[in-house]
This record gives sequence, structure tokens and C-alpha cells, in this order.
Amino acid sequence: MTALVPLVVLVPLLGAAVTLALGFRPQAQRIVAIVALVIELGLGIALLIAVDAGGPLAMELGGWSAPFGIVLVVDRLSAVMVLVSALVLLAVLLFSVGQGIADGDEETPVSIYNPTYLILTTGVMVAFVSGDLFNLYVGFEILLVASYVLITLGGTEARIRAGVTYVIVSLLSSLLFLASIAMVYGALGTVNLAQVAARMQDLPADVQVLLHVMLLVAFGIKAAVFPLSFWLPDSYPSAPAPVTAAFAGLLTKIGVYAIIRVETVIFPGPELNPALMVVALLTMVVGALGAVAQADIKRILSFTLVSHIGYMILGVALGTAAGTAAAIYYIAHHIVIQTTLFLAAGLVEREAGSTSITRIGGLLASAPLVAVLFFVPALNLGGIPPFSGFIGKLGLFQAAAEQGDALAYVLIGAGALVSLLTLYALVRVWNLAFWRPAGEVEGDETRLLRTVEEAPHSTTTIAATRATSRLMTVSTVLMVVVGIALTVFAGPLYGLADRAADNLDGPEQYIQIVFPQGVEP
Amino acid sequence: MSISLILVITMGALFAAGVYMLLERSLTRVVLGFLLLGNAVNLLLLIMAGEAGIAPIVEEGVADDAYTDPLPQALILTAIVITFAVSAFLLALIYRSWRLANADDVSDDADDVALREGAVEMPVEETAPDAEDTEFPTDDARSRA
Repeated sequence: MTALVPLVVLVPLLGAAVTLALGFRPQAQRIVAIVALVIELGLGIALLIAVDAGGPLAMELGGWSAPFGIVLVVDRLSAVMVLVSALVLLAVLLFSVGQGIADGDEETPVSIYNPTYLILTTGVMVAFVSGDLFNLYVGFEILLVASYVLITLGGTEARIRAGVTYVIVSLLSSLLFLASIAMVYGALGTVNLAQVAARMQDLPADVQVLLHVMLLVAFGIKAAVFPLSFWLPDSYPSAPAPVTAAFAGLLTKIGVYAIIRVETVIFPGPELNPALMVVALLTMVVGALGAVAQADIKRILSFTLVSHIGYMILGVALGTAAGTAAAIYYIAHHIVIQTTLFLAAGLVEREAGSTSITRIGGLLASAPLVAVLFFVPALNLGGIPPFSGFIGKLGLFQAAAEQGDALAYVLIGAGALVSLLTLYALVRVWNLAFWRPAGEVEGDETRLLRTVEEAPHSTTTIAATRATSRLMTVSTVLMVVVGIALTVFAGPLYGLADRAADNLDGPEQYIQIVFPQGVEP
Repeated sequence: MSISLILVITMGALFAAGVYMLLERSLTRVVLGFLLLGNAVNLLLLIMAGEAGIAPIVEEGVADDAYTDPLPQALILTAIVITFAVSAFLLALIYRSWRLANADDVSDDADDVALREGAVEMPVEETAPDAEDTEFPTDDARSRA
């Protein structure tokens, strides 16, 4: 089964090469990209079954044994992340293919879009299966460089402006990560994650805290944890709808994934947990308040994204297996739901010609299916029972109550408040954009006039509405169904998250995967 | 582990200058700052290799600690390649930004500015019921009475 491990990286990479070669044949390119991601999804399912039943897998690249060669490690956490990411990436790809067919490739020029998208997939997968700090850095760089291209796709003024912020902030976080790796190597003489974990306990406490904080800051920027989250609502909304959906769902969660690894494998001790709790609190509250103040659906969703990162950090900061399990379930839930909401926002943009809730209305009457596709994940994100958002938050609150210090109870209160604020922000979107009759919108023109008007990138007028292809709707429906499946199968999935968290209880199990014979000191 | 003081000072200077440039609003300076920071980090990696020694090709009768540690050099090479590619992209991005907006600085987010200056007015949802829809006395009914 170890042969599956490198395949999750190789399949999208080879797919990218083939799509690049097929640059002048868009139809063939689309098929190759979809096939690559379908295979990836199959690999994700196979890996999860294999790892859950037969224990974690480690693969030594090129046959070079562990501390000298690079290892790829798949435990339950990695397998869950690979599977959820493959699923989301496939749905978003289908959406963008549908959009490309409807638009004649204006928004998503296929010849660069598909290869770059597959390279992004490669980077995401490298990050999830990497058992080596420097390889993790390389994975991050692969996905970031692909994301730079995707976020500035088409090179319009708004995208370049947003892209500059995004690129510079990401570069800074990469440099910080690289500097941390240099210092880890200087202190421990290795960058192999398992060996780093084994040797870290012998370091003086102050050096440990220094390395810990450096790594957390580097990953905190990627995960958009307050106060390092300012860049996200600025840069995500202006990208093409499918790109925003994929970024919002996945890229920040890779930062959270790295934080989980750091907190459970390298620094299992509780030294920085109170600090992380405070950061989680601020992320939740500031993000939710930002969402309430915005008037654009994509920006509202970006702020709720930041706010809900706080929940995951809360789960990690508890430092208990129950907290980690809740965080893992919450990550899976949030990747799916946030992507669905952004895809639905993409549909709204096409139906109404804008995503500003001050300018659109009457969508429930004019596009009832889109309304349903927005409403279900919105309730889910807001944490309405019985949806997975409720289950995830309940799990987090239970884990926090078990841990039981005063700060944990403050966070439970804040978490409940923030979920209400999220609901408020989303219900406002619902009331204004969907429920309000179109006639009540100030300065409303008739639908006919709107389709004639041509101002695709202006912020003051409503752009022309565009047709929605069936594939776009189908892929969004698919994501909504997956979101509901997270609720229906919550029992087995939460059990899986529990088992994944048990694997992460202390670094010994991770070291055991990479060095079954014991690690040299 | 003994390390060269000159390298450390150079690294510190590069970090300081890099951070200073990165904080500027002009994009050209940001690029320069990024390049300086990238080199500073590479230098940090080099310093972490410890004392310089002979080339790490194993020979008979040479003590283990006489060799230079080759791993940081491999890491630096990778980092240099990545920095190179990213700076090329960054330059293209800035050139495009200059062509489009004719400006060489980090611009403010238009939506943020609008929000700050109160240009975005939030529509208030109607909470008062219409007189026809309710049996309770409404504001209209009260004013008429």
C-alpha cells in the first residue's frame, strides 16, 4: 500500500505536465484535468481505507533511509485531509469547467488555468503527506506560486491590486518559515519531522519557545489567524469565483494543518496553549465583527472564513485529544461548507450581476435553486442543528468544557456568540439578496436592461448577468450534498476524527511511523 | 559550534535593510527588500552549517568533523531557485500594476476605504409591520388615532 503515497503527488503533477502540453486543445485539457482529479479522489479514498484499517504508511523516497532521505508519511489526519481536498478540488474544477463553457474562456483562460490548478493540487498534496520540514516548505512554495498565478488570472486592475498584497504577505510568511527551518536545523541538526520531534525535548526551554513562536507565526500568516489575517479579505474576493472557492476552502486549512502538526508532534507541551487560546478568541470575534460590517457577499464570506479559523485554533489550543479530534472534524466540515458558499456566491454573481447585497434583490423569486444552494450551507456555517457546523461546534465546546479552565469557558461563550454573529451576517445576506423583492432595491433597473449594460469590472454599476451552465449548478449541488453527508454520517466521521486525534496524542506514535526501529538520538 | 562573526553581522544588516525596505509603500523597494531578506535567510542557513571545512567527499583517514555540512547548501540551492522564480513573477506583477494603474505603490483596498468613509450605506430591513398585516396597533394606526 505504500505505493499509493507518492501517487497522490505524482498524479496531479503528471496531469499538469500533460495539460500544459495540450495547451491548444482546451477540450482535451479539461478532460485530462478532470480525470487526474478523479484518480486523485480514488487515491484519497483508498489511502483513507488503508490507513484507517492497516495503520499509517511511510515511504522513503528513492530508497534513502529516514533521516538522510525524504520521507512521505500518511497517517489518519493526512489521509482525511487528502480525501477532503481531492473532493473539493474536483468539485471546484467542474465548476470552473462549467464556467469556462458558459463564458467562452474569458474569466478562466483554460490554457494556463488547468495546469496551474493541477500544480496547486500537487502543492497541497505535498504539504499533507510530507514528513520533513523542508519538504513541507517546498510543498507550500509549489502551492503558493500556483496560487499567485490563479489569483491574478487575467491581470485586470482589481486582481493585480489584490494579488500584490497577497503575494507580498505570502512571501514574507515563506521567508519566516525558511528562517525557522534554518534555526531548527542549527539547533537540532535535522529537518526530518520525526527526528526533530525526538530531539526537541533535549533543547533548553527558551530555545524551544523561540522556535515554536517562529513556526507558529509563519503558519499563522498562512492560516489567517488574527492579527495576521488582514490580507485575506483584501485579496480573496477579487479572484475568479472558482479560484476564490478553492482558496477559501483549502489554503488556510493547510496552515491550520501545519499548526496541528507543530502542536502535536514537535511541541506537545502546553507552554503556548493559553496564548493560542487568546489568539483563537480574537480571531473568532474580530472576523465575525468584520463580516457584520461588510456589504459584499464575497467579503462577508471571507470574514466568516477568518472567524471560523478561530474555532479550529481553539480545538488545537486545548491540547487534549478531544480538542484535536473536534478541530479535525471542524476542518473537514469547514473546507466543504466554505467552498460551497463561495461557489453559491459565484452563482449569485452570475444570476444577479453583482455580489453587493445593497444592489441585488429578489433572487428567491428569480433563481430559487441558487437560493436553496446558498441557504443550506449558510445555515450549516451558522451552526444550526442538526447540520455539521452544529456538531463540530458542539464537539469543540465539549472538549473545551472537559479541559475546564476559565479561559476555555470564556472561549465557549465567545464561540457561541460568534456563531450567532455569523448567522446574523448570513441571514442579512439572505434577507436582502434573496428575500427582498427586486423592486425594493434602490436604483433597480429591469432585468432586461441589466443584461444589456456592459460594465463587468465596475464597482458602481451592476454588470451584465451571464448564463449559468448546468455543470456549474451540478457541481454546487454536489458540494451541498457532501455537506449534508457530513451531517448524516457524522457518527462514523467523528469516530474517524477521534482515531486520527489519538494518533496525534504525543509525538511517540509519529516517530514510530518513521523510525520503527527507534530513532538515533 | 563556532561561527564567523562577519557572516552574522552581514546577515543582521541584510535582515534589517530587508525589513526596512519591505515596509515601504513603493513596490520597487518592496521587491528589493524581498531580495535582501531572501539572501539574509540563505545566509542564516549557511551559518547554521557551522564551521567551514573541506568539501564533503568522503576520503580515507579524514576525521568526520573536517567536512563541511552539505545539507544546508542543498537547502540554500533549493531556496535560491524558489526565490529566483518568485522574484521574476513579482517583477512581472509590479510591471503590470504600473502599466494598469500607473502607480508603483501598494494601493488601499477600495471596499475598505468606502466602508471607512461611510460611503456604503447598509439598507435597514423593515421591522415595523404593515397595518393591514397585523392586529397589533402599528405606528401608523397610533398616529392616526
